[in-house]
Amino acid sequence: MSNDLTQELQQQVASAYTEGKALSIRGSNSKTFLGNKCEAAPLMVSEHSGIVSYEPVELVITARAGTKLKEIEDTLAAEGQMLPFEPPYFGEDATLGGCIACGLAGPSRPFAGSVRDYVLGVKLINGKAEVLRFGGQVMKNVAGYDCSRLMAGAMGTLGLMLEISLKVLPKPAQKLTLVKQLSVEKALNAMTRWSGKPYPLSAAAFDGEKLYMRLSGSETAVESSSKLIGGDRLDSNNSFWQQLKEHKLPFFDSNKSLWRLSIPATTPALDLAGKTFIDWSGAQRWLISDEPADKIRDQVKKLDGHATLFRNNDNVTTFQKPDAGLMEIHRRLKTSFDPKGIFNPGRLYSEI
Amino acid sequence: MTNNQTNTSQNKPTIDKPSLVGELNKILPTDSVLFDEEDLRPYECDALSAYRHLPMIVVLPNTLDEVQQIMHLCYQHKVPIIARGAGTGLSGGATPIGDGVVLSLAKFMSILNIDPEARTAIVQPGVRNLAISDATRPYGLYYAPDPSSQIACTIGGNIAENSGGVHCLKYGLTVHNVMKVKLVTVDGEIVTLGSSALDSAGYDLLALINGSEGMLGVVVEVTVKLTPVPEREQVILAAFDDVEKAGYAVGKVIAAGIIPAGLEMMDKLAVQAAEDFVHAGYPTDAEAILLCELDGTNAEVSEQILMAQNVLRECGAIEVRTAKDEAERQLFWKGRKAAFPAVGRLAPDYYCMDGTIPRKHLPYILRRMGELSQHYNLPVANVFHAGDGNLHPLILYNANKPGELEKTEAFGGKILELCIEVGGTITGEHGVGIEKLNQMYIQFNEQELQQFHAVKAAFDPVGLLNPGKAVPTPKRCSEYKQLPNYNQTKRHQTKQTHA
Repeated sequence: MSNDLTQELQQQVASAYTEGKALSIRGSNSKTFLGNKCEAAPLMVSEHSGIVSYEPVELVITARAGTKLKEIEDTLAAEGQMLPFEPPYFGEDATLGGCIACGLAGPSRPFAGSVRDYVLGVKLINGKAEVLRFGGQVMKNVAGYDCSRLMAGAMGTLGLMLEISLKVLPKPAQKLTLVKQLSVEKALNAMTRWSGKPYPLSAAAFDGEKLYMRLSGSETAVESSSKLIGGDRLDSNNSFWQQLKEHKLPFFDSNKSLWRLSIPATTPALDLAGKTFIDWSGAQRWLISDEPADKIRDQVKKLDGHATLFRNNDNVTTFQKPDAGLMEIHRRLKTSFDPKGIFNPGRLYSEI
Repeated sequence: MTNNQTNTSQNKPTIDKPSLVGELNKILPTDSVLFDEEDLRPYECDALSAYRHLPMIVVLPNTLDEVQQIMHLCYQHKVPIIARGAGTGLSGGATPIGDGVVLSLAKFMSILNIDPEARTAIVQPGVRNLAISDATRPYGLYYAPDPSSQIACTIGGNIAENSGGVHCLKYGLTVHNVMKVKLVTVDGEIVTLGSSALDSAGYDLLALINGSEGMLGVVVEVTVKLTPVPEREQVILAAFDDVEKAGYAVGKVIAAGIIPAGLEMMDKLAVQAAEDFVHAGYPTDAEAILLCELDGTNAEVSEQILMAQNVLRECGAIEVRTAKDEAERQLFWKGRKAAFPAVGRLAPDYYCMDGTIPRKHLPYILRRMGELSQHYNLPVANVFHAGDGNLHPLILYNANKPGELEKTEAFGGKILELCIEVGGTITGEHGVGIEKLNQMYIQFNEQELQQFHAVKAAFDPVGLLNPGKAVPTPKRCSEYKQLPNYNQTKRHQTKQTHA
């Protein structure tokens, strides 16, 4: 049986376009919790799967959107390579399509880059049921507008991704995590200080009591840098970062609203009630809080950041809205890809 | 010139030149509005000087408010706007049109803020690429993308083209190193894309604006990400008696798990020209050389140099050496960065191409390029960002010989089609501009081109921003396809046959 369902999916989009019927794009449902409720007929993509091409020497992998992230990461690991942005799964069957559409990156983000930073090309079906290819399988490509990176984080509202090409990198030879007991102020200072040094830092987080700093690179670089930074070596090196990425640490064990605050890394501790876990070397803060949404969003907006209601509150819209001028561009861009608004209506914003 | 798409815009301005000059003089000091032919002449082209056209007017605003007023005025009267930085672009992206206004951002030269803790700098669009690194190096920081024109090119132009350079395999392109831009929209409003955080709410419009060739808005302020200066940088020079061996070695270095800060290749003609020009100490008898730069902590660089040297020797390098000191390292790079002008000395004119290919196809591409060089009877030198597969073939010609420019363009077009054939792209970092409009039909189908036009319309519904560049019109498409020599090269399929 072929795993290439391009034709079937195109037919489904074509009839939805003709009938003006909304579709809710689904992979494995691992990230259905993220985004506003989208009342629409499900369009199942997980069977459209498989790695289309992978050549380690080219540092590029191309896979269908329904391919499981695990299959991709296992395939890369067998060749000593990895997805540098450490994507969270939030479900063992998580697919590549969902990973790109949600645009979520793990602890390595401030050092290695974001999901979109590694997107090289996308094949998609737009809202008129046209199969289109943007970007490609090469590192540098400025032919036409960069519509492929635009799909990262668009929550499936601009098109149905069929295939994605990603840049991949060699796995570091060595990883080491250092832990220090510190106040929040000192932890934030340390993150800023060490992030500005040319050492192979690959993650920095603070759980409210302890600062965790991960070094990844050649053995010599990791060893020499670890002596400069200092701290206790963490034995369960990988599992801490894995649990942080997947929200399995005890901090995340709560029924209260979980907010993701994306703010400038150098921002001091915020004046918001609740408990905070600092990741991304200060630039991503997980907040468990009963504070009103408007208060949280006003405060982070003043900092030039934004707040996402990540889990546990159906009464609040998920994503912070851009200003009116930008929202108008969003609306027109959405129409340019999906004139009848059939893909994931409302999941990102009620306007699109 | 055969290319006439850019000589007029689709919308006729609703104002004549004298009235527009009068209106602009109300916004700007009189010396900032140029309209006499002799004043306009320096703006008739960018670095793709084969294409020239006088604009109607050139304006040189000093303030953001002036930019907004100019944009608003031109929007009201349907006057096209061509934004311009230093004019170093190689694809004609800043080529004027006869009824358009060139908006020069040359006066926006201030570095507004450097925040060493946040590792960011806020700069105006007319700031030169290298000036950012010069200003931030005292803080142990620099701006990583380094196009060869970095002495002259501006950050605004870098965003328009999503410029790369020799360090992008490890440090990324412009799109990876810009955090936020302030953009004036076609109707004179200001929007901010990106943020001081690591992402922003909604669509990633910041990614979209990089490489958009001034067709979606005018960038008036940029926040760039700065990178810590590595503890140590060292470069290895490896010489090969065979170009294919050099190409093979590139893949082997990467397969060994090394991501060099730069991995550049030059063929014999380019090596000899560069050596004559800057005396970098290149071995001129080699068929190709590789420059492999490693950076990081002191110990890490030592370790990686040994690894890389071994790989290069195993791949048949006839000579492998490291720069003996920082001065020699700089000299090795000076030779590479001066390769274009150096090759330029070998002939009255040269034409610089810019395609990207999957690296494994390099031997095939070089062989085919050699055949084409014989067919067209024009020499070609190759300078290659080998690490990321970005080719810069330089075709040598004489524009004063009748027909030779046309022949050169045909040769260049064939090279780009070859890049598409092996699954690559017609432009890695120089942009489509007006130069590669015809090849856009080969790389993209009509629905894809229509989608590009729709994206453009979302920002610029009337089509006033740099009209006629980057994405060809449907009319042009059908005319091009009727040409007798229209190449039937098919876009790449997933499987390639001549690996």
